[in-house]
Amino acid sequence: MNDRAQTYLPGTHPDLPPPPSMVGVYGWLRANLFSSPVNVILTLLAAYIIYLAFPPLIQWVFINADWQGDTREACRREGACWVFVKVWLRQFMYGRYPSTEIWRINTAYAILALGMIPMFIPRVRGKAWIAAFLLFGYPVVAYYLFYGSAFGQVVVETPLWGGLFLTLVIASVGIVGSLPIGIVLALGRRSRLPIIQSVSIAFIEIWRGVPLITVLFMASVMFPLFMPEGLTIDRLARALVGVMLFSAAYMAEVVRGGLQAIPKGQYEAAQALGLNYGKMMALIILPQALKLVIPGIVNTFIGLFKDTTLVLIIGLMDFLGTIQSAGTNPQWLGFAIEGYVFSALVFWVFCFGMSRYSQHLERKLRTTH
Amino acid sequence: MAVERVAERAPARPPVWNDPRFRAIFFQALVLALVIGVGAYLVNNTLTNMEKRGIASGFGFLGTTAGFSISTTLVPYTEESTYGRAFLVGLANTLLVSVIGVFFATILGFIVGIARLSRNWLVAKLAAVYIETLRNIPLLLQIFFWYFAVLRNLPSPRQSFILFDIFYLNIRGLNTPAPVFEEGFGWVLLSAVVAVAAAVSIVRWARRRREETGRPFHTVYTSLAILFGLPTLATLLAGSPLHWEYAVLEGFNFQGGMVMSPELVALVFSLSTYTASFIGEIVRAGIMAVNRGQTEAAYAVGLSPGLTLRLVVIPQALRVIIPPLTSQYLNLTKNSSLASAIAYPDLVLVFAGTVLNQTGQAVEIIAITMAVYLTISLLISMFMNWYNRKMALVER
Amino acid sequence: MREGTMVEAGTKVSSAIRGSGDAMVRMDGVHKWYGQFHVLKDINLTVAKGERIVVCGPSGSGKSTMIRCINRLEEHQSGHIVVDGVELTNDLKRIEEVRREVGMVFQHFNLFPHLTVLENLALAPVWVRQTPRKEAEESAMKYLERVRIPEQAKKYPGQLSGGQQQRVAIARALCMNPKVMLFDEPTSALDPEMIKEVLDVMVELAHSGMTMLVVTHEMGFAKTVANRVIFMDRGEIIEENEPGEFFTHPRSERTKLFLSQILAH
Ligand SMILES: Nc1ncnc2c1ncn2[C@@H]1O[C@H](COP(=O)(O)OP(=O)(O)OP(=O)(O)O)[C@@H](O)[C@H]1O
Ligand SMILES: [Mg+2]
Repeated sequence: MNDRAQTYLPGTHPDLPPPPSMVGVYGWLRANLFSSPVNVILTLLAAYIIYLAFPPLIQWVFINADWQGDTREACRREGACWVFVKVWLRQFMYGRYPSTEIWRINTAYAILALGMIPMFIPRVRGKAWIAAFLLFGYPVVAYYLFYGSAFGQVVVETPLWGGLFLTLVIASVGIVGSLPIGIVLALGRRSRLPIIQSVSIAFIEIWRGVPLITVLFMASVMFPLFMPEGLTIDRLARALVGVMLFSAAYMAEVVRGGLQAIPKGQYEAAQALGLNYGKMMALIILPQALKLVIPGIVNTFIGLFKDTTLVLIIGLMDFLGTIQSAGTNPQWLGFAIEGYVFSALVFWVFCFGMSRYSQHLERKLRTTH
Repeated sequence: MAVERVAERAPARPPVWNDPRFRAIFFQALVLALVIGVGAYLVNNTLTNMEKRGIASGFGFLGTTAGFSISTTLVPYTEESTYGRAFLVGLANTLLVSVIGVFFATILGFIVGIARLSRNWLVAKLAAVYIETLRNIPLLLQIFFWYFAVLRNLPSPRQSFILFDIFYLNIRGLNTPAPVFEEGFGWVLLSAVVAVAAAVSIVRWARRRREETGRPFHTVYTSLAILFGLPTLATLLAGSPLHWEYAVLEGFNFQGGMVMSPELVALVFSLSTYTASFIGEIVRAGIMAVNRGQTEAAYAVGLSPGLTLRLVVIPQALRVIIPPLTSQYLNLTKNSSLASAIAYPDLVLVFAGTVLNQTGQAVEIIAITMAVYLTISLLISMFMNWYNRKMALVER
Repeated sequence: MREGTMVEAGTKVSSAIRGSGDAMVRMDGVHKWYGQFHVLKDINLTVAKGERIVVCGPSGSGKSTMIRCINRLEEHQSGHIVVDGVELTNDLKRIEEVRREVGMVFQHFNLFPHLTVLENLALAPVWVRQTPRKEAEESAMKYLERVRIPEQAKKYPGQLSGGQQQRVAIARALCMNPKVMLFDEPTSALDPEMIKEVLDVMVELAHSGMTMLVVTHEMGFAKTVANRVIFMDRGEIIEENEPGEFFTHPRSERTKLFLSQILAH
């Protein structure tokens, strides 16, 4: 205080440190937790909620949990029994995929990871080529790895596919397959030709208006009726078609948002250069629009990734499906909670990570535009 | 030479496929033909397949006896009722879950969204943890968790969890008191109607008086007093025609009161907590969309923080909040179809599940089910368009 | 008791004391920090009733922060601010009391976009002063006439030009019959042809005897209406003087530099 009572000639006042009540731990606490009586009450309330929720959770998850062993008897049941997850882990990850062939799935994961890493490094050139491979080449490679039949691989039929692997397959095929359909629908919706526009709008709004589960029901009970005599398609393929059509509608709306964000001047400039509709879209408009909607696509992917859990209702053994069935195994009754917590954690890590990534992209887009 | 070429080309009519009008017609015809062609092909296949499998077609089945029972029914229903009736039961159950879910999701979502903006660090972080946790975990997983891991593991009715001494939560569900109406309840009902009318007119009168004389009036307290006081008075005068029948433990189970099935409780709980995490983000974004300068300007003319919120911030935030909020309501309604995974008899389970299995009429049933959801979506988006038009800020 | 320190400050206090008998706003040894950053350093300023003060200085020097402290849009950490005899403390009632008497005009207008011009003007009189709406609207129309846009009353802010919006903002502040008006760069978000229409309104307001504190770089305005010009730099009041002296014989080097930059444009 003495310091402050002192006076200086104009223009010579030094920067003084703020009063102690503003700085340090004390200042922070005062400003953020105890700035008013109401805030004090709120802080205490929040602290009480944390006190109620977190210590028991940590006790259950870590301190009292069982980690060792590989039978049910290893569970003392005072906390979580992670032995359950350990024992069933292979099922959770790969379903009933033959254990001798699991390397094929892991190889595909590895290729994907190798392809994705450069995408996150700003300095790498030729990202477009890598992206093109991931979108067009990789699915073919993955198909032959997963299903087999080429290069003398054993065929692994789709009913054996399961676990997190199946979840990833459905979500990825859904998103990759829906992108082109979505682009066509979005262009259709913005078309000035009334019939094309109304067909697109009808298609988009119908799929967006119904729950995914009815689409899956439709895929599983109606598609067989749609097929010509003698042709049957397997359960997974049916679900994939359903998921693809469903997410194409959402994708179309995302792409449409991007198209709308492109200024009219770009269209006019392209036309002034003499480009026809196809060239204008392919060379000028879509490249810009698609870049704008990458965050939206990632968000759609997150939604789809969570929604794939619904396929268990039509009898596919996805990640949640394997967990559900392990929990109802007579040997392991009563361990459902561990299974749910484990899968919740896996889903959370995936979805939270992706949503952070999409926020990062959004921020980057906003600053570069 | 150049002159020659111009002369050569000018009079020649362009080939018809270069004429934009022709192209427009051509492409549209193509799309139309494609849609009709694919449609006809599928219909044809379907008809052949159905004939071969001996599946009837048409909507006659709606009048046939269903022959199965349904656990939760809001509409009168027995095993002798028709499939059409079963459809109504399912629809009513879907709407029940949706309405209760929307109610709780809205309250919780607004609380979480406002907490997220709190200047109290701990409260804001707690809300953030809530939002980031719930919205990144699949809803179905959350439903399974609450249903199989929590509600199915609850103790028997004898060891129920007791809330406020009147609610009992146990493995059979949630027992709540049930209202019992006796003679004279009509008067109470009438007094409630009168109370509502009185409260409305007081609010109107107070607003007019404030406009005319500037004097404020405590409408909130007065109308609350009327809303609660008048029916209470009527109840006393009419000799307590309404009483609550409490659930009482008798032997191994509760007698009396109402019971909400564990399926319903799990579904409502997970739908509302999940949707609340999205609503929370919407509310936060809506409030943040109101420029800080707006609050400052309101303070600068002397408005109190409360009035600033009510007259300046909320009206502007609502314009941003309501459209995505309604689409969350729509999502909640659509997500209520996950009921079928835990055997709550909603529209999908009853109609697209049981009825479809019994009749095999997949096409009709899926079409009706989808049509129901589509109608709901359409109604909601009509509301949204109307609201957006009404609320659009006037710009130059 | 603070007087003692002010006398010691020597050169700069003479005018501050001069107005203190009839002070509308008094700032006494005001300091403010943003985190570790010392934005306002020992601000001493007295604004007498009817006085018109122009504040100028380089960007980031704390001009906005200073005048926003006067109606408590920003909180100061030490020193005293007294407005019309009411000292600003943490007491919300007092803060509102002060805000009722202090009008403010912002750089970006901050009109309420969901209300019509007339509703913008009548809002505070109706809800804060509890004036009947009819009366409030009648007086609002008077102020709209005074800022020369009565015909825009039923429009929404989004439909007006920048200059019109700023004049509405001035009228909105005047509707509360304030004793002091604060202006924070009211013309710097406007196109050149609109600046004049806003300045004209402000000059007229000055002639009507309103106490005004104006942050602006419009030197013409300062020369014609200001009683005093204050130059701020790095959170300090470096110099204050009558406009004639201020522009012709700036005392400090920094003022000279600043004036040369401003006038070069
Ligand atoms: N909320 C804040 N948090 C931290 N620092 C701030 C905040 N507001 C302003 N500052 C800093 O305080 C200093 C003074 O800001 P102020 O807005 O008062 O300057 P100014 O003189 O009005 O400048 P300009 O002419 O650009 O408006 C600036 O350096 C600014 O960066
Ligand atoms: Mg400023």
